[in-house]
Amino acid sequence: MVDFEVTDLPETAHVTAGDEAPDFTRPLVGGEFWEDRSFAALVDEEAPLLLLTHPMDGAFPTTYVWNALADHGIVDRLPVVGCSVSTPYEHRNLLADRGVDARLYSDPAGGVAEAYGVTHDLDGMAGVSEHRLATFVVDEDRVVRHAWVASQQPAFPDYEALTAAVDEVV
Amino acid sequence: MMPSDQLLLYRLQACPYCERVVRVLDDLGLDYRSRFVEPMHSERTVVRRLTGKRTVPALVDESTGVTMSESANIVDYLRATYGEGGEA
Repeated sequence: MVDFEVTDLPETAHVTAGDEAPDFTRPLVGGEFWEDRSFAALVDEEAPLLLLTHPMDGAFPTTYVWNALADHGIVDRLPVVGCSVSTPYEHRNLLADRGVDARLYSDPAGGVAEAYGVTHDLDGMAGVSEHRLATFVVDEDRVVRHAWVASQQPAFPDYEALTAAVDEVV
Repeated sequence: MMPSDQLLLYRLQACPYCERVVRVLDDLGLDYRSRFVEPMHSERTVVRRLTGKRTVPALVDESTGVTMSESANIVDYLRATYGEGGEA
């Protein structure tokens, strides 16, 4: 077990299992280009999928979670779409560095974080809020089938539970 | 307004040749979808696959099946096809 103190994050009213996943349009970054993409349209074409929100690219939880999703084979099971405040250029680097087959929404103003209830005001950095680590398994009807939102930091998804949730939909 | 899938513009942030095409698209009142690509010329494989070159802008017009690069060519094409007295 870990032997360090974790910090509790404030309570948040976040999107949960059974909710309709809020639609949004933001630049979606792939390996070769980025373009405005509606989440609802993405769900129509590719669901079930996993939406992962996470701290800005380069933060260690971001690195850890992408590595873990690859190690647990989750990125091979269904489309995984990330979302953070980072720019398309940073997203491109993250994809290259992690070597994962995924795409990332860029949400610099945090509207997606707001809609999903996963905003994290970054203590010690004025004017910066980012996204909590959170996972949302979304089905063909854009219904959230499994949701986990970090209530502490650092905290990571239960990958066994996430895998079980993925098994339910794919 | 959601962007149309009919006209797809591959562009680079702050590229003057790309902005020239954007101005013409706007002048003609055309709806289009933007795809921003790599600043690094050597990594623009998506554009090379489409046009055989790595230069931007590159335009794909789904309604006519035309794919082309070079801003002057694109501007001429857009005016001829969608301008006053154009073909479409």
